[in-house]
Amino acid sequence: MNGVEGFMYPNEVELVWSILIVLYPYITGLVAGAFILASLERVFRVEAVKPTYRLALLTALSFLLVAPLPLQLHLGHPERSPEMYFTPHSTSAMAMFGYVYLWYLMAVLVFEIWLDYRREIVLLWQSSRGLKRWIYWIMTLGSSNISERSLHIDERVGWIVTLVGIPSAFLLHGYVGFIFGSIKANPWWSSPMMPVVFIFSAMVSGIACVMVLYMAVTKLRRKKIDMRCVDTIAMYLFYTFIIDFSLEMLDLVHRIYEADESFRSLNFMVHTKLYFSHIVIQIFLGTLAPLVLLAVTQVTTLPEAARKRCYALAGTLTLIGIFAMRWNVVIGGQLFSKSFAGYTSYKVSLVTREGLLVSIALILLPLGILWVLVKLLPPWPEETGPHAAAAD
Amino acid sequence: MKITRRHLLILLPAAAAAWESVLAGTPESSPNYRLTEHWWSMLIDIPKCIGCGNCVSACAAENNVPEGHFRTWVERYHVKDWDLTDPEIISPDGGKEGFPEAQDEGGKYFFVPKLCNQCADSPCTQVCPVGATFVTPDGAVLIDQTYCLGCAYCVQACPYGCRYIHPEKKVADKCTLCYHRITKGLTTACCEACPTGARQLVDLKNPKDPIHEFLRTHSVQILKPQMATGAKVFYNGLDGAVR
Repeated sequence: MNGVEGFMYPNEVELVWSILIVLYPYITGLVAGAFILASLERVFRVEAVKPTYRLALLTALSFLLVAPLPLQLHLGHPERSPEMYFTPHSTSAMAMFGYVYLWYLMAVLVFEIWLDYRREIVLLWQSSRGLKRWIYWIMTLGSSNISERSLHIDERVGWIVTLVGIPSAFLLHGYVGFIFGSIKANPWWSSPMMPVVFIFSAMVSGIACVMVLYMAVTKLRRKKIDMRCVDTIAMYLFYTFIIDFSLEMLDLVHRIYEADESFRSLNFMVHTKLYFSHIVIQIFLGTLAPLVLLAVTQVTTLPEAARKRCYALAGTLTLIGIFAMRWNVVIGGQLFSKSFAGYTSYKVSLVTREGLLVSIALILLPLGILWVLVKLLPPWPEETGPHAAAAD
Repeated sequence: MKITRRHLLILLPAAAAAWESVLAGTPESSPNYRLTEHWWSMLIDIPKCIGCGNCVSACAAENNVPEGHFRTWVERYHVKDWDLTDPEIISPDGGKEGFPEAQDEGGKYFFVPKLCNQCADSPCTQVCPVGATFVTPDGAVLIDQTYCLGCAYCVQACPYGCRYIHPEKKVADKCTLCYHRITKGLTTACCEACPTGARQLVDLKNPKDPIHEFLRTHSVQILKPQMATGAKVFYNGLDGAVR
């Protein structure tokens, strides 16, 4: 049979979860991570990361808007997906995704962004003309009071929303981990560590994403990169990454030492079908290499230009590594038979509904949304003052 | 008998209703069937299975099972000696056309028919996000295909590989224990086609069912008991190598 080695139960030969389901945890991870980075400034008062605060929020929103699309495209009957809201099955881990998603989107992200930008939105509405004026008018939601007292209330409420947002971000991605970790039929997934590993890997990918985006966009805008900010983000990325890597290694060591009935099968898979994506891409290129780069910036005093290169490279490798991690979880978990007696293969198609082109489009779409959001709601501190708004 | 206008007036609406039923494929109702009086399962008597594949063909024909997917299939095990962890397993086309002749390489050969285990604590129904798959009061695990999203979460959750996504309907599909037959007093297509009686439909709630005597006098096992799924397909003579 097609790409089968050994014995697979006959219904297992074709993978039912494709690259789109790889994108789903990858994208939600970026959302959760970007939000947690934003909360560093808001809740934990890490002033150094302020230049990325709004960019992180807008990044989180852009990716969150796209997060359900891979799921929708994957469903056999996407038109029935509203049933998950109307008639959710209480024992299903997946059923709650709709609610967690909506909660996070509306009660946390959109609300926080609106509160944070409310003053600018009102000023931009007053100073704009034509279509833009209409758009800003809608965005004011009928609230044009920007008195000092009202802004003070916004600040307090925003702080509370961020505070609520942190556990919500953990919930969003920990929950995605639970979707996989709670499947007892699949030993590659079934682990109580899964939600925790997912949360930390989400933080790693989100922080790396915002760091790389900030550096790239600042360069495109021909502005000076705030090195204090990037140094601080890199430091947080480094420490979060160490925790993430330790957890993953703990899981790995535990599996190797315990060597239960599935071990031979999983071990074989890691050494053959998943060797490139797991050992080469995820562990060496996507984890150890960025960790070494980040460690060098932490323990030595490199010149600014070298640090920038290190951060850009480390961030990009991290994003590739976390994508590989999602790939290895989702695809890897379906490559072996639940009989532990054989292996199948997965070949990404190119132009089908669940193919490579659609996946690339889905990964680029949030960047397009982010571009629009940045145009509408400039996240740069120097462009959001009242004078800048009046001059727009 | 002469058909009068009066007869015609009575017969025509009845014929129209019947024709509509035929067109809609409405299943025949079974008014005397009481859900709560049954708890269906199956007994697989491994020493009796000869690997003919009749059950697989009958199932495919009865249930329009799409090519390349299986509601039931037969595996042939070859356990060479003492190493139960490394058996040679084959199931060419689900065993539908039987098996190639076994070579005399020592050890033992035997056949294991597989199907949905109609688990009482089924992980597949647990994970369905909309409850489209469910355990009926008479013990069958079914799917409402008009409600299923086709997310395939249940396919991932089944430890036995019994579910698949129907390539045309784009929804989950699996063995229904021929629910359309057993609720009318018939047996399943696979049981009916088995020439040796290796597969027996059993009703655990029926005190007269011979299964009770069989269970008392034989060592039976279920597949993957460590999964705690409440599997209800019982295997007589199950070898430790079977997974």
